Amino acid sequence: MLAFILRRIVQSALVMAVVTFIAFGLFNFTGDPVAFMTGQNATTEDRQRLRAELGLDQPFYVQFAHFAGNAAQGEFGLSLRQARPVSVLLKERLPATLELAVAAALLAVLVGIPLGVYTALRRTSWLSHVLLAGSLLGVSLPTFLIGILLILVFAVQLGWLPSFGRGTTVAFGWWTTGLLTASGWKSLILPTITLSLIQMTLIMRLVRSEMLEVLRTDYIKFARARGLTDRSIHFGHALKNTLVPVMTIIGLQLGAIIAFAIVTETVFQWPGMGLLFIQSVYFADIPVMAAYLCFIALVFVVINLIVDLLYYAVDPRLRIERVTTA
Amino acid sequence: MTGAASELLAAPSWKARLAAAWDGDVAYSFRHSPVAMASFAVFAVCVLAALFAPWVAPHNPFDLKTLNLSDSRLPPAWIDGGRAMFLLGTDDQGRDVLSAIVFGARISLLVGLASVAFALVLGVALGLLAGYAGGRTDALIMRVADVQLSFPAILIALLIDGVARVALPRDAHDQVALYVLVLAIGLSNWVQYARTVRGSTMVEKNKEYIQAARVIGVAPLPIMARHLLPNVLGPVLVLATINIATAILTEATLSFLGVGVPPTEPSLGTLIRIGNEFLFSGEWWITIFPGAALVILVLSINLLGDWLRDALNPRLR
Repeated sequence: MLAFILRRIVQSALVMAVVTFIAFGLFNFTGDPVAFMTGQNATTEDRQRLRAELGLDQPFYVQFAHFAGNAAQGEFGLSLRQARPVSVLLKERLPATLELAVAAALLAVLVGIPLGVYTALRRTSWLSHVLLAGSLLGVSLPTFLIGILLILVFAVQLGWLPSFGRGTTVAFGWWTTGLLTASGWKSLILPTITLSLIQMTLIMRLVRSEMLEVLRTDYIKFARARGLTDRSIHFGHALKNTLVPVMTIIGLQLGAIIAFAIVTETVFQWPGMGLLFIQSVYFADIPVMAAYLCFIALVFVVINLIVDLLYYAVDPRLRIERVTTA
Repeated sequence: MTGAASELLAAPSWKARLAAAWDGDVAYSFRHSPVAMASFAVFAVCVLAALFAPWVAPHNPFDLKTLNLSDSRLPPAWIDGGRAMFLLGTDDQGRDVLSAIVFGARISLLVGLASVAFALVLGVALGLLAGYAGGRTDALIMRVADVQLSFPAILIALLIDGVARVALPRDAHDQVALYVLVLAIGLSNWVQYARTVRGSTMVEKNKEYIQAARVIGVAPLPIMARHLLPNVLGPVLVLATINIATAILTEATLSFLGVGVPPTEPSLGTLIRIGNEFLFSGEWWITIFPGAALVILVLSINLLGDWLRDALNPRLR
């Protein structure tokens, strides 16, 4: 067990090192920052002094070590476009993205799992057929189109819900939340549905196929032979084993939700990190791009690590196999 | 070699092959699946329209001489104020939406097919290498694959595209934007192919025909290319069909975000992005029709892929 955890942690650290290196490499494309910062009249000595102050006269690996050290503390320098520290920008945008992602994940799980169980248990009902056909449509509908359609219907035509922004937010220290005001909740509805719809259909289809698989196994037949009630078989015995792979996928989907938040945030002008990132790509704002890259990689590495460990903890067969092969 | 022997060894004529294929299992299942036939018809129409766009489209949306600003923002023909010559209405520059869709589908399909082809070649090559060579080569390739698989493809494509955008000057970037996009989407999708091919290669390489080839001294590269490749390609091709839909969606998403194809060669995603700005002023057709075209195209490919997977799966027969 310890060896397994250690191996995973080493692998995660390697991934982070590679990503940090790529982020560092991005800075080589920006051109000379000294020429950028000094005016046309600056003397060569001025430039040399600035170069030394910024540490740009150091060899490559020293600069990288410096960059990685700062990155580990969350410092990525100043945004080229807004001339403010990138760490402050990211911190401002973090609550918006997290609230959206968590709301979308919750909605996807709370709706997706019951629908999956229903379509597996009532395979032939008309509602199951409708749901399955709808899920195929859901997979074929790109996220941004769902957002546009929702805006068209609920914001433009009906005028019920706002089409952009977070509404009024309340600040707690550096954390801002839209969950305490009515306008905040209203603004959250459309982006949440947009972001969760694809994950919801994925979870539904996965739960359905896993459930069907489990219902065919011998221990379910045996449970039926013992005369247990359907309710006890379906929810006491089958569902529990269905949820093991589902849990892994949900963990990994959490990462996908944060990635697709870029699209949703663009459609709804949601002031989160995804919008910040896509704007930094337009304007070649390298420090912001680098910081977002490292942050997203960290999120993914941590999620993957937790999912692996959870899987290991939940499924006893994995542990036995380790012992016998080692 | 005598005449009779060469006749026996010669490949059957294309007529005989076609007849055999028509009677085969896959064709049988195709002829008995209305969904497969309908989605194939839709897909074929899309491909043909895209292929012959200059002849199919009622107008040339990029010919500035034929554009007239007084024709801008016309609604579809069946709504008051619409004109019959612009069936699906016009956009803000007086371009016919239908023609723009036909030309846009052309770009979308081109990028989708090219990026899948690129991912397929890369993934199959690396998968064959990993499966056949084993050892450290295998470990290295599969570790990279594992790491990449833990990030969503769209994020990787966005990253590669973003880096290219920063690295190249704007003018140069616009010229190579299509290639960059194909590269980005392709590089973000090779892992699935590599994993599948590696799995089947590891099974195949222990079979007698490969051992025989090795014994008579065939070099590793010809063994991989000529003997292993035909036997591991089947499952990958099904995967590729479904991935065309994903690739088209990825391209549309990147173009919608404004980091895909340049506006001078709009794809369906670009058209949706442009139209999105007019949503609030009530000109919904500029964005909804390209969106509908995209969904129909992707849905037909998804349905075809689903059918193909079932038709080729012997367990389901």
